[in-house]
Amino acid sequence: MNTHQPDTEHPDSAAASAPEPERKKSVQLRRMAEQAGGGIGPLILKIVLLGLFDALGVFAVLLIVQAQNWFMLVVVAAIIVFFNWVYLRPGATPAKYLAPGFAFLIIFQLFVVVYTGYIGFTNYGTGHNGSKDQAISSLLASGQERVEDSASYPVTVLQQGDTLGLLVTEADGTVKYGDAEHPLDEVNDAEMDGDTATGRPGFDTLTFADILTVQDTLTELAVPLSDDPNDGSLRTSDGRQAFVYVSNLVYDEEADTLTNTETGVVYTASAEGTFQSENGKNLYPGWNVTVGFDNFAKAIGEESIRGPLLSVTVWTFVFAVISVATTFFLGLFMAIVFNNDRMRGRKMYRALVILPYAFPAFLSAMIWAGLLSKSYGFINQVLFFGAEIPWLTDPMLAKFSVLAVNLWLGFPYMFLVTMGALQSIPDELQEAATVDGARPWQIFRLIKLPLLLVSVTPLLIASFAFNFNNFNIIYMLTGGGPRFEDADANIGATDILISMVYKVAFTGQTRDYGLASVFSILIFIIVTIVTVISFKRTKALEDIN
Amino acid sequence: MLVKPQRFIALGAIATSAALLLSACSGGGTDDKKDDSASSLTVWVDAERIDALKAAAADYTTESGVKVNLVSKDVSTTKDDFLQQAPTGKGPDIIMGAHDWAGELVTNGVISPIELGDKAADFSDVALRAATYEGKVYQLPYAVENIAILRNTALAAETTPATWDDMIAAGKAAGTKYPFVVEQKADGDPYHLAPFAASFGASIFGVDADGGYDPNNLILGDAEGVAFAQWLSKVGAEGIISPEIDGDIAKQAFLDGESPYWLTGPWNVSAATDAGITVAVDPIPSAGGQPANPFAGVKGFYINSESKNAVAANDFLVNYLGTNEVQKELAAVGSVLPALTEAATEAGADPIIAGFTAAGKNAIPMPAVPAMGAVWQYWGIAETEILNGSEPVARWAKLASDVQAAIDADKK
Repeated sequence: MNTHQPDTEHPDSAAASAPEPERKKSVQLRRMAEQAGGGIGPLILKIVLLGLFDALGVFAVLLIVQAQNWFMLVVVAAIIVFFNWVYLRPGATPAKYLAPGFAFLIIFQLFVVVYTGYIGFTNYGTGHNGSKDQAISSLLASGQERVEDSASYPVTVLQQGDTLGLLVTEADGTVKYGDAEHPLDEVNDAEMDGDTATGRPGFDTLTFADILTVQDTLTELAVPLSDDPNDGSLRTSDGRQAFVYVSNLVYDEEADTLTNTETGVVYTASAEGTFQSENGKNLYPGWNVTVGFDNFAKAIGEESIRGPLLSVTVWTFVFAVISVATTFFLGLFMAIVFNNDRMRGRKMYRALVILPYAFPAFLSAMIWAGLLSKSYGFINQVLFFGAEIPWLTDPMLAKFSVLAVNLWLGFPYMFLVTMGALQSIPDELQEAATVDGARPWQIFRLIKLPLLLVSVTPLLIASFAFNFNNFNIIYMLTGGGPRFEDADANIGATDILISMVYKVAFTGQTRDYGLASVFSILIFIIVTIVTVISFKRTKALEDIN
Repeated sequence: MLVKPQRFIALGAIATSAALLLSACSGGGTDDKKDDSASSLTVWVDAERIDALKAAAADYTTESGVKVNLVSKDVSTTKDDFLQQAPTGKGPDIIMGAHDWAGELVTNGVISPIELGDKAADFSDVALRAATYEGKVYQLPYAVENIAILRNTALAAETTPATWDDMIAAGKAAGTKYPFVVEQKADGDPYHLAPFAASFGASIFGVDADGGYDPNNLILGDAEGVAFAQWLSKVGAEGIISPEIDGDIAKQAFLDGESPYWLTGPWNVSAATDAGITVAVDPIPSAGGQPANPFAGVKGFYINSESKNAVAANDFLVNYLGTNEVQKELAAVGSVLPALTEAATEAGADPIIAGFTAAGKNAIPMPAVPAMGAVWQYWGIAETEILNGSEPVARWAKLASDVQAAIDADKK
């Protein structure tokens, strides 16, 4: 903002009394406010931004109309109209402030929550990856069996009106033509280039570039060899060569069944999102369908999931609670120490203490993983004289290591916030208490800590929620390991709920997004409950004042 | 106070909506670009192999007019990203991947079969077998890979000895920090230990009449497997193979001249030669008396079943990347054995490629059944625990029953 005035304007004023700079600041603020509020500049800015927004909206509408997605059209149109209405009408000031934030809330929070919830009720995952149409076309494509030992045919793609056909030169020189409706039949009027037929009067010969524009139609094109469908049909995948295929899967749209023409087995579309034969054999790929509370039942009912889920949940609580407690008390301790006027070089110490906070957490975690490595890590090699302590591979030690590294990463934050909170507690309170004969420990426990907790508790709750979902440190430090020997899935002793969700959804060859979403919902519920209860307690704390 | 704080909020609101606009802008822009033309192909390629393909892609564009956009992807995320994007219709037209992805990709219906036609006969047996899943070709194979011993000729002038004990003795005689390195991970890396298992006659599956693995014949728990487990327990105790040595540590050790031998694949050759090390490639020594055959892996290309450019994609793969000229060119850049027999014969003149080929002479492609994901996982964990000191016989028996259960669950 160009209205900002550098503080160096009056170098002397730094030493002036407190009210002076405050008044100067308010003058500055007022000037900025005037620039922003009244006048022609902001109005132009508003028009330009709103114009950009509308231009983009119209563009989006055009795209959506092209894609013929009428539901999205209504949604987008409503959003555009709403924003214009909010910003163009006079008054309604609160709406003007809230609208953008509300939009972000919907996009980044509400949509994600609702969509995750929805996935939790589907069987989206390996084998149920796409829509039913995709599954059918994929099954039919893999049901195409090339007739054994059949020849390959050099073909030319011809077009007449909207109809695509294949012009085939057989090995003996006979030229045949056919399209989807008409089986291959000999033609005599073909234009020849050497031994190969290249065109026919009345038909357009498609070049490779032309073919690229009709790829969808061409890949669907099957030219029957004869009137008997059992002879198979010619298909080409590159517009140059065709092969004879017979289809051993036939889809009956009315009955919604796939029939294997070789074995006669009928596969019926099932409620689980697959085509299923009578004796329970499934054809994959299937498609995703809503399965009600099946995923919830699975999470709670199946022993191989319930066992690890329980121990992971317990450890998640332990991890989050201990992490918050240790970081808070170490941070508080440091803050008290560095708050003592008698200490020299406090600024330098403070800067050093904050350092761990300045590194990206995932980077630090990776470096710690290297430091704690059993045979090659610095800690064992140098600090323990080459002892092979399994810091990350023994279940108990790994838990300890995760907590210790998280303490290292987390205490600077607590140091910063408690330092600020401590400084806001008036010195007079301490003086008065000292005069009344209170000992330092009593002053801390009975006066400072309660006052501190009032302002810091919301941050502790936030820190709990953060550590409850502290994916970075777990993933980077131990990857959740060491793995439970008896668990079915790849879940380990230091896995917390969120890293378990990641493993269920994104690792291994059988992904289960549905089950992972159910776990996410569980996390959401747990964190919400803990937060609500904690905030209720905070209100009680405030009564201390 | 005369200042109306609302004015600031108003500014903030305007700024926020501007940000909203811009983000919407950029989002709309990229989507639009993607489906702009029917005659362009998007190909996801391994980051290490993209340079090898650039020239070939440019040539194809000149020849056919189809623009080929090569997108560099990390191998470890390619499959996951593809599985998620393909059903939306927004995925790439072609991805490069290992042949053992086929099971999972087919189960999810995201790839379509490729018709090689008469060209099929031009591919080597191992490549064709790997590219085929449930009787259909899904992959256009481009390179056959296997691991072998990479030897630092300055530290070990002689050809790598044919037995494990002799190699370790030679490695110790070289006086380096490690006698031999092979990469492992905290949760195991059975792929790199498979040759030693094979030298005991141990494997996951039995071999069927066609010479491929038969997923219905699990032989993991056999006496041979147990013998391998006991050997593993021994070398684990000696510290020669350690789960602590991951890919980076193993690589660095070899590059720093701290180990004369490195069991690894062709993808690491250029790193070694770039570091100024003269390398030779030797067959893997046998630990159990039988030949130490590694798994064969086949790198190739899959076509997205939702691709709107199926014709161009098929043409690019079958009629272009499947030709001798291009395969030779790719092999020359990446020091890999081409999947086409003719190109392979010529590329085999290169001593490095010849070394890998000799080491993988009897290599069998890794199975591609979807249960393999679980199998690799159990196998790796069990090996790591044995290396770390678990009782080998009982642990191996547990592994066999875990794997059997995973395969049975898969058949449901």
